[in-house]
Amino acid sequence: MSDKHDASSVPTTGHVWDDDLGDYINQPPKWWMLGLTVSAIWCVVYFLYYPSIPLSNGGTWFKGVGGWTAITEMEADKSVVDEVRGKYEAKLKDMTPAAILADSELTEYVTRSGKVLFGDNCAACHGQNGVGTHDKFGLFAPILNDDDWLYGGTIDAIHETIQGGRQGMMMAHADMLSEAEIDTLANAVAAGKPTSTPLFAEKGCTACHGEDGKGMQAMGSANLTDSVWRFDGSVEGIKYTIKNGVNAGTPDTRVAVMPAFQGSKLSDAEIKKLAVYVYKFGGGQAQ
Amino acid sequence: MNQEVGKKEPGEVTTLYNEFETWTVNTGGQTIHAKRMPGFFRSFKDKAQLAMWLPFFLVPYLRWNGSQAILFDIQHRQFKFFGLTVLPQDIWMLSLVLLVAAMTLFAVTSVASRVWCGYFCFQTAWTDWFTWLEDKIEGNPTARRKLDVAPWTFDKIKKKLIKHTLWMLIALLTGISFSIWFVDAFEYWHDLIHLQLPTVGWVVIVMFFLGTYILAGFLREQTCFWLCPYARIQGVMTDNQTILPTYDYTRGEPRGKIRRGGEAVAPQGDCIDCFQCVQVCPTGVDIRNGQQLGCITCGLCIDACDVVMDKINKPRGLIRYASLDELSGKPAKKIYQHPRTLVYLSIILLALVGIVWGLTHMGAMTLKIVHERQPLFVQMSDGSIQNKFDFKVLNKTDKDFRVKVTAEGGVKGLVIIGAEQHPMTHHGRGTSFTIFARAPAANVEKDVVPIQFRVESLDDAKVFAEYTSKFYGPNK
Repeated sequence: MSDKHDASSVPTTGHVWDDDLGDYINQPPKWWMLGLTVSAIWCVVYFLYYPSIPLSNGGTWFKGVGGWTAITEMEADKSVVDEVRGKYEAKLKDMTPAAILADSELTEYVTRSGKVLFGDNCAACHGQNGVGTHDKFGLFAPILNDDDWLYGGTIDAIHETIQGGRQGMMMAHADMLSEAEIDTLANAVAAGKPTSTPLFAEKGCTACHGEDGKGMQAMGSANLTDSVWRFDGSVEGIKYTIKNGVNAGTPDTRVAVMPAFQGSKLSDAEIKKLAVYVYKFGGGQAQ
Repeated sequence: MNQEVGKKEPGEVTTLYNEFETWTVNTGGQTIHAKRMPGFFRSFKDKAQLAMWLPFFLVPYLRWNGSQAILFDIQHRQFKFFGLTVLPQDIWMLSLVLLVAAMTLFAVTSVASRVWCGYFCFQTAWTDWFTWLEDKIEGNPTARRKLDVAPWTFDKIKKKLIKHTLWMLIALLTGISFSIWFVDAFEYWHDLIHLQLPTVGWVVIVMFFLGTYILAGFLREQTCFWLCPYARIQGVMTDNQTILPTYDYTRGEPRGKIRRGGEAVAPQGDCIDCFQCVQVCPTGVDIRNGQQLGCITCGLCIDACDVVMDKINKPRGLIRYASLDELSGKPAKKIYQHPRTLVYLSIILLALVGIVWGLTHMGAMTLKIVHERQPLFVQMSDGSIQNKFDFKVLNKTDKDFRVKVTAEGGVKGLVIIGAEQHPMTHHGRGTSFTIFARAPAANVEKDVVPIQFRVESLDDAKVFAEYTSKFYGPNK
């Protein structure tokens, strides 16, 4: 390139450094000047097109001739996502949770979005992935990934639970039973054999927990013969439950309330997704 | 060259630039019209170019089981090679293939200099074909130089028009041939003729058309000088042991013309300064200045010089493939005494082993299993311990099939739950599903036990994949 242009024919600025260094007063190259001009024009266009100048403290600003806002861009991006989800969502609308479960592709889709829904709405009490949470009285909210269900583990039962919520109930027996009776019952229950003591039937426990002590899902009474405990499986914990009951209205009673999610909290589709998601934790039961 | 350098004391920095003062490089101001002379290297170059690049034009039309035999199907994210389909998950093998290619380039260069540049490179090949056409249409170099400066007569216009039309046709065919490695060849032709190519298709064809036409038609050796990185890389790969087209200056110097019938005025070397070696050079360098950036080592100057040596009854090989060691009288070393070549060869060998291992162990299916982290295990109502696993199955065959899941190891009495309906896997796609493994608490003796899962196609027991995960239980 240097052979095209003889630099020495151009005058210098006149300053000389270190005996022989001078600055030629060459024009910048054409491509460089062009770049500068284009950049300047670009700046102006950008400035006018996008929101730029704040006009007052009151929150008004020059909106830009392009009408761009961050929120419309976000909406546009979201509509792309919605379009991808659309074909699944359309199918979900008229399907029962059981039908979704029978479709492996839909199940996969639903469990993906269910994960987010569960994190937002359920995990506060039930823990991430439904591992349950504890307070000082024992288990605060039930573990959802085992196969012990107070109100049933079929897909429809889970769906119903999320829709309408649940409220456990057990009378406080502190005034009805003697300390010795409570002790006998608690030990029998802790051993997993509630029917081993005649007190179980005599004191009317069977009314709710059933003749065999396996509970009744229709009313949400606990199965006392298995290894999964709603609150606390130790003898002391069981005694506490017998004495103070569940949601019995006394200050020391155990609390077991699941809010209803139908209506204002979640849409029908979201509840269906959650039902399938919870079912797939590992404890879901066939119809 | 050597006399020039010899004037200054070696070690002085300024001697570095002695060559520079006498160095002339054609920066494109002058069109090289190289003479075409027959000879061993000329015919070798012709054959090598064809062998290398004819497949480029023809192979895409090869069919295999009703579809294109070799297809880099970017749109569907798969690489088809006859019966074999390589999915992006196995593309790591491509990096090994590229490694082999690069190392082969290096190894060959360290042994015999720029063999790729001289005989195989697309720039060399296309330029050679273009200038061959030029030679056929416009005549020999002298005629071409004359034509270039001649006024625009009908004859000149006709010649130029034919030449450029043919060049453009080759360029177009090049663009098409490149494209059909990536899309079905016959569908591409159909779409091209009906002008229905997608935008990216047009962009590619225009790019390759312009690239070929400009690079091979006009830039030519300038590409090798200034654009190509290989030229620089390959240049530094040669050393004193590398054989390359070399002018034997001990034999040739002092050069000088001989007069017919006249006796030599002074003692004279074998080089008669006939400039044939320069005239046949496609990049226009003077090989007598030694190995240099512009030399693509195509050996055409060797052909030219040998013809001249025959004519003046001197032995052939004034310019020949020789190493600098040989020229300076040092004993030639064997190839196994050339460490850099050995290093390149061992890397090639390793990469080849990797490719062979990859191809034989690719399998028709891949399986990845993630054990659920929270909770690690769940106690069920009957006291048994249940673990949850997320399965990801990639079906690499060309069919959809259902799979069954089995497990080995783990705990006694282990039951696998969740695959009773045999999940469907779609070809070329990943499928994920959840599997539970449940075992009686009494059998869970350790808190972590390895468990090997096997996923197997229901249609073909040979299509399977295995993955070892862990079964967790309570601390004991």
